[in-house]
Amino acid sequence: MSDPVLQVENLTKRFGNVTSVDQVSFEIGKGEILGLLGANGAGKTTAINMILGIITPTEGSVKAFGRDLQRDRIAILRRMNFCSTYTQLPGNLKVAQNLKVFGKLYRVPHLNERIDEVLEMLEVSHLKNRISGNLSAGESTRVNLCKALLNRPELLLLDEPTASLDPDIADKVRRVVARIREEEGATMLYTSHNMRDVEEVCDRIVFMHKGKVLFTGTAPEVLQHFEEDSLEKVFIRVARSGELKSTGNGVAS
Amino acid sequence: MSFVTIQALVMRYLYLYTRTPVRAVELIFWPLVHLLVWGYLTKYLQQNTGEGFPQEITYLIGAVILWDILFRAQQGVAIFFLEDVWSRNLLNIFAAPVTNADYLGATYVVGFLRAAVTTVMLTGLSLVLYQFNIFILSWKLIPFIANLLIFGWALGMISTALIVRWGPAAETLAWAVPFFIQPFAAVYYPISILPAGLQWVAKALPCSYIFEGMREALATGKLDWGELGLATALNLIYLALAGWLWVRVMNTAREKGLLTKFASQ
Repeated sequence: MSDPVLQVENLTKRFGNVTSVDQVSFEIGKGEILGLLGANGAGKTTAINMILGIITPTEGSVKAFGRDLQRDRIAILRRMNFCSTYTQLPGNLKVAQNLKVFGKLYRVPHLNERIDEVLEMLEVSHLKNRISGNLSAGESTRVNLCKALLNRPELLLLDEPTASLDPDIADKVRRVVARIREEEGATMLYTSHNMRDVEEVCDRIVFMHKGKVLFTGTAPEVLQHFEEDSLEKVFIRVARSGELKSTGNGVAS
Repeated sequence: MSFVTIQALVMRYLYLYTRTPVRAVELIFWPLVHLLVWGYLTKYLQQNTGEGFPQEITYLIGAVILWDILFRAQQGVAIFFLEDVWSRNLLNIFAAPVTNADYLGATYVVGFLRAAVTTVMLTGLSLVLYQFNIFILSWKLIPFIANLLIFGWALGMISTALIVRWGPAAETLAWAVPFFIQPFAAVYYPISILPAGLQWVAKALPCSYIFEGMREALATGKLDWGELGLATALNLIYLALAGWLWVRVMNTAREKGLLTKFASQ
């Protein structure tokens, strides 16, 4: 892969005796959407938090845009953004106020215009002056996504962005993700428990289980490798059995 | 340190207060209660001691005002962090391009603003209700206030560091830490009243020199530059140590995944 936007190498996180992420390696090329798949406790969120610099790795390295995260964290974070089901924007503030604050933190030029643009993109312009804490789960997720898109991130980390959405809104979010990649060439790391999301949105998949990478490949390659006819069956088999072996150093192709 | 980042973080805090006026109650109610209690106690003593009324008793009102500056500065730093925890916004902030210096800079500004609001209110009310004018100290107020702000910030950083280290159950430390030191800080009485062993504790606290200095200045109009210099030097040491502790605890929090635990509370 030439000039990967994100390089994760032998990333490991141990909390005492528990290894949450174990020698995980992968790369994402420019404009690529990589799905990080795995059951609860597979280590996806810990891996994402290490890529964001919120958790310090025990071993291994994260490089984004060719720069080391430990050394150039702030410069890297300016060019990326994230959206997670597990975080919220301050509930007492209006949607526009929250977006203004984060727009300033990410130094977004022409901020007011950009706020209108992302609200429109996610079809939530009518929520602009609503109190964030009064939004439904689906509305809240879309507003969170607006925050993540404000700075036109070159690298976008999406942690279960469709988790609380109904099928209609989830479909709209998938379309937005596709549009951002197409129009802005954004690179994305995408975790989800929704196999439809993964099949529709992701170019490649990293299958994780108990902190290790079991397999990396396209959706058809995953199906072929596990000899199943749907990603959902692969997911259930991996989650229930746990006997599947990691391939080599954790990266298989 | 980035001015724009600090401005954004402070803006978030101001939005929070303008959106939810009930928060201002906390900023106004408790200082007001303290002023009324100490103010009327002073008035009562004044009326019942007649001619022999020691002037020093009126200094209690000055002590209430100056103590509140320290307390609000500490609160500004400690509550700033807790606001992010309570709103589950912690990860959004710590995953944004915000340096430790930006974050701390914003907490200092918020601490200053909180102190400014209560000081204006308390000085006005103490003048109207008790004819006590803190501005009699004139320019001497500037070094006093600056030192109390700095010590408040240092205590705020220590409070936050302890909360991060011990988890959300330790949240009450945000309010308790200043009161751990208050008995030794010579706020309402001189250091000499304390037992000899505790006087050393008092002398290790920069704020004790300020409260002593205030009483001295109100009584004689003079400022002891030596004591003020000592207070400032101690303050700078406390600020540096508190900053070091804060950064160290945040690094440990990143190693142990404590920030994500806070975020999921």
